[in-house]
Amino acid sequence: MQDFAGQFAIRVKDLVVGFGTHVVIDHLSLDVRRGEILGLVGASGGGKSVLMRTIIGLIPRQSGEIEVMGAAIGGSHDRVTQSAAGRWGILFQQGALFSSLTVRQNIQFPLRENLVLSDALMDEIATAKLEMVGLKPEDGDKFPSELSGGMTKRVALARALALDPAIVFLDEPTSGLDPIAAGDFDVLIKTLQKTLGLTVFMVTHDLASLNTVCDRVAALADGKIVAIGPMRELLQSEHPWVRAYFHGKRSLMLQPKAS
Amino acid sequence: MTSTPQLTATASGDVLELRPGGSWTAANVATLEALSGAVTAQLDRSKTMRLDMAGVRELDTVGAWLLEKMSRRAISAGRRADVVGVADNYAGLIEEVRQVNRHNPTPVPAPNPVLVKVSDVGRSAIGATEDLIIFLQMLGALFAAIYGVLRRPRSLRVTSLFYQLYRVGVQAIPIVVLITFLIGAIIAQQGIFHFRKFGADSYVVDMVGILVLRELGVLIVAIMVAGRSGSAYTAELGSMKMREEIDALSTMGLDPVEVLILPRIVALVCALPILTFIGSMAALYGGGLVAWFYGGMGPAIFIARLHDAVSVTSFEVGMIKAPFMALVIGIVACSEGLQVKGSAESLGKRTTTSVVKSIFLVIVLDGLFAIFFASVGM
Repeated sequence: MQDFAGQFAIRVKDLVVGFGTHVVIDHLSLDVRRGEILGLVGASGGGKSVLMRTIIGLIPRQSGEIEVMGAAIGGSHDRVTQSAAGRWGILFQQGALFSSLTVRQNIQFPLRENLVLSDALMDEIATAKLEMVGLKPEDGDKFPSELSGGMTKRVALARALALDPAIVFLDEPTSGLDPIAAGDFDVLIKTLQKTLGLTVFMVTHDLASLNTVCDRVAALADGKIVAIGPMRELLQSEHPWVRAYFHGKRSLMLQPKAS
Repeated sequence: MTSTPQLTATASGDVLELRPGGSWTAANVATLEALSGAVTAQLDRSKTMRLDMAGVRELDTVGAWLLEKMSRRAISAGRRADVVGVADNYAGLIEEVRQVNRHNPTPVPAPNPVLVKVSDVGRSAIGATEDLIIFLQMLGALFAAIYGVLRRPRSLRVTSLFYQLYRVGVQAIPIVVLITFLIGAIIAQQGIFHFRKFGADSYVVDMVGILVLRELGVLIVAIMVAGRSGSAYTAELGSMKMREEIDALSTMGLDPVEVLILPRIVALVCALPILTFIGSMAALYGGGLVAWFYGGMGPAIFIARLHDAVSVTSFEVGMIKAPFMALVIGIVACSEGLQVKGSAESLGKRTTTSVVKSIFLVIVLDGLFAIFFASVGM
């Protein structure tokens, strides 16, 4: 068995984040197990992205503790955060690809900055990552402005995975994709999670991907995690917001048909 | 947790046994590349390769790919490669890596350097023609918008026009005054210094007066406005283009030229003559002060000589040029802004092009006006 510290990829304890007097995250605690896919749901503007950005050190917190892979995380200019940057990959909602670099250069960027390796190997690894996310090697020479929405997400995922991080943070990975592309992306995340042994922290509104990919789902409401567990437990949750979220009109398709 | 990676190679007969160990991860990539490079020679000599992965403690894509590359090298040379001892949790990764980099994109043949040069020349010639067409298109669109506004005066964006006038006109006054004042002072100082040798220092007034009113006043102000306001126009319109704001305007049935470009260019055309006038006065003032304190020529004499030296024609020549220069700056700035593509780099490139091109065109226009005024005797 793994020891206690090794069991969790991310531990958040008693976290408070706010802007001015407005408290967004209110004494929140959350543990993400190693090797699981955790989906985070919450109201729009309810602090999901704030929580994610606080964990990766982009937003300063008011109090609380955050540990990622056993190392405490401080502000974004903290040395610990900098060194932890190699251990996680982040897929931003809009991709955040560097617009002046080609797709291949985008994927190579973390490799080039963090490692010492030959150009030939770097090219091979970039192509390998491209193929792993389901793109063709020829796509490597395109610029981000020439990519479709789905391709942008895939390239952004390839860049997030460039250094083989232990944790990937995905901010609404399937938003703006058609159901087929979104389904493909879900499958891709699941496959990569299995092959690379990733821990995935996923902010999403996509009920289908919550249902199919996530091992556990956490619901964020009023600045706290109000429910956490496998999808079927959340469907039975009594919390009013969680009920409204999963039993609203749009969620009815998720319910098992009476048979 | 990470441990130093090793690779032990034992050759027995024709069989080369490779035993990687430790952490084959991206963090150790420099060592890994050296290790796998070191066994290549042995690998090429042996008939059969056996890769025993039992010793690998950690593995990621980089490590898996380097190991896969070794066995692929052996297989491509027609020899056997056996991979054994793969831990269960890495089996999926090894299988995945086996699929990648299989089909190499067809290498693009290196083009003939002479042909590249020739095609570059051709391309830039076409580019220049296209630039001219884009300029004329913008000019046409602008006049079409002006025609529309004349027919329906209510469609003129008055608020926007005055806001732009404030930005490119009023806010530019301090810097324009400062620079032209200094230029006038410098010309006067240089004139007095050199003309004094011939005892002709009183002609400095003629030089400063004619130079400033005919040429320098309008030219300096136009160059400053191109750098200050032209670049701002390009950057604004460019980022609006990038964020699809211009497309949004068109889909609402509004003409972006009428809404965004017309107020900007009209504001520039109104502001530049005013700025030129203010700038010229500041330059004459600077020249007068230097003539007084450095050349010992009192203000009364300076003004009297200026009265004799310059005619209204000189002043007119300078002022007539100003609106045309403003039109050129505005059209170049706006058309460059609309040509911005998706990337941040393209925005920077277009802004640079806008400033360089409008300064160049302002100077060319000044030359054309010089020929024109000379032939009409002004």
